[in-house]
Amino acid sequence: MALEVVSLSSGYGPITVLHGVSFRAEPGRVSCIMGRNGAGKSTLLKCLMGLVPARSGTITLNGVALHGLPAHEVPRRGIAYVPQGRRLFGPLTVAENLAIGGLVTGNRPETLHRVLTLFPRLRERLTQTAATLSGGEQQMLAIARALCLDPRVLLLDEPTEGLQPSMIALIQEAIVVLKARGVAVVLVEQRVDAVLKLADRVAFMVSGRIVEDRDVSGLRADADAFRTYVGV
Amino acid sequence: MTGGGARIWALHAAVLVVVFAAQYWLSPYHATNLARIMVLAVFAMGYNLAFGYTGLLSLGHALLLAAGMYAASIPAQLWGWTAGPALIAGIAAGGLMAGAVGLLALRTAGVSFMIVTLMFAQAGFLTILYFAPVTGGDDGFALPAASRTILGFSLATDTPRFLAAFGLFASGLLASLALVRSSFGRTMVAMRENEERSRMLGYNPFTVKLAALVISGLYAGGAGAAWALLFGYAGASFASIQYSILPMLYVLLGGAGTVLGPFLGAVLMFYLIEFASDLTSAYLFIVGLALVILVLFAPKGILGTIRERWARWLP
Repeated sequence: MALEVVSLSSGYGPITVLHGVSFRAEPGRVSCIMGRNGAGKSTLLKCLMGLVPARSGTITLNGVALHGLPAHEVPRRGIAYVPQGRRLFGPLTVAENLAIGGLVTGNRPETLHRVLTLFPRLRERLTQTAATLSGGEQQMLAIARALCLDPRVLLLDEPTEGLQPSMIALIQEAIVVLKARGVAVVLVEQRVDAVLKLADRVAFMVSGRIVEDRDVSGLRADADAFRTYVGV
Repeated sequence: MTGGGARIWALHAAVLVVVFAAQYWLSPYHATNLARIMVLAVFAMGYNLAFGYTGLLSLGHALLLAAGMYAASIPAQLWGWTAGPALIAGIAAGGLMAGAVGLLALRTAGVSFMIVTLMFAQAGFLTILYFAPVTGGDDGFALPAASRTILGFSLATDTPRFLAAFGLFASGLLASLALVRSSFGRTMVAMRENEERSRMLGYNPFTVKLAALVISGLYAGGAGAAWALLFGYAGASFASIQYSILPMLYVLLGGAGTVLGPFLGAVLMFYLIEFASDLTSAYLFIVGLALVILVLFAPKGILGTIRERWARWLP
């Protein structure tokens, strides 16, 4: 179930943010997107979700076109999105957030069980409102809610941003498990150590274009790429 | 919002028992008032489903109330329909009118939605005045006693009227409770909280909001029809803006997004208006003052505040 993006252009009003982006995410692999602020990483994810319309180019999942679909149809085709800043339903409980996440796929008990096994801490917090969770727990819930869709592709926008090291480790462990389960993970990340630990491929974005798309093994000995494109 | 199912159902059943029993200890005057309040509460419950749970701040619900009222009372007046079929016609008219308005109005959001729904309601109000020979216009018309019967009982008499109002109220309350605790209820809340977040979880906001508005319209239509059948009068004043604002006040006072809030709000507001109008002809000033105090000190309404502070399980 590969997600394939070819020559994708998109933007907001008169401003074009993405210029002919081509990109591929494979099942069981973590594809990272890196770049400086304003490079277009988050816009790319929103465009994949249909939240920002594509102006040209194609987005396909296993050969089936997704571009042009209304935004609410994209998650039903197997793509889940965890936006930057979590975006939970704050006044609702953990259980309600998960139930809302899984409604369109019928809230299958086995899916919920799998999700809560991945994040056992959420099982202890089911009746707690999302707004009262710690930052790390909120991030877990955001990912868990997305996983309730039982996605084939998971888009994560800076999932470890602002979290303490112990929480970052838990989130990273979860990504490794998802990868092992065959989910295609697209990860927007700024932290080099996380990318080197999790990613299989890394695409570097500059000004709305993917300027390099490399296997991570080649990057381990090439710190210049990170310095050039991310500034770290 | 969910959880504690037995406790929640027990609370609502207890409220219904108390309301039902009230007819035995209230004076006839106050029992009739309670019947009026129950019908108004049904209207407010519908408004609450749209506003309190789905986040649709409408200023056009008077149109839905009037649609139900005239869909029930005109056939009763012209063709001698009895209360049963007239009530069904009223409920259906409320839902259909809400669907028709929603198809256009839901293409807007926020303040624009308020203005568009207000415009629809004003257009409906003027239409009722324009067709005065049929609708009775500003003066309205009294329903014939023969049409105000159900199962052989006259709704013009106290006990059948109270029981009919109670039946409608109890059905509305329990249906509302079941709805907000269902999957669709959660979807409505998700929509209220954030449309874009809901969209990225696979929900079509337009469909969900339209469905919520239609359900709200069914309640409003039922309340309009019941008012005409129980109290024997239909008039254009029920399509005026006052009846778009009243359910909002009931809901805000009782607690938006709480199942019992609309009823509590209707009780308090009904008697506040009655008390204030005894004191002064400018009674709306007192009502307004009470609302300002409420918004300042309990912006989530009475039950909303109780839920926030002491009873998170309250639906």
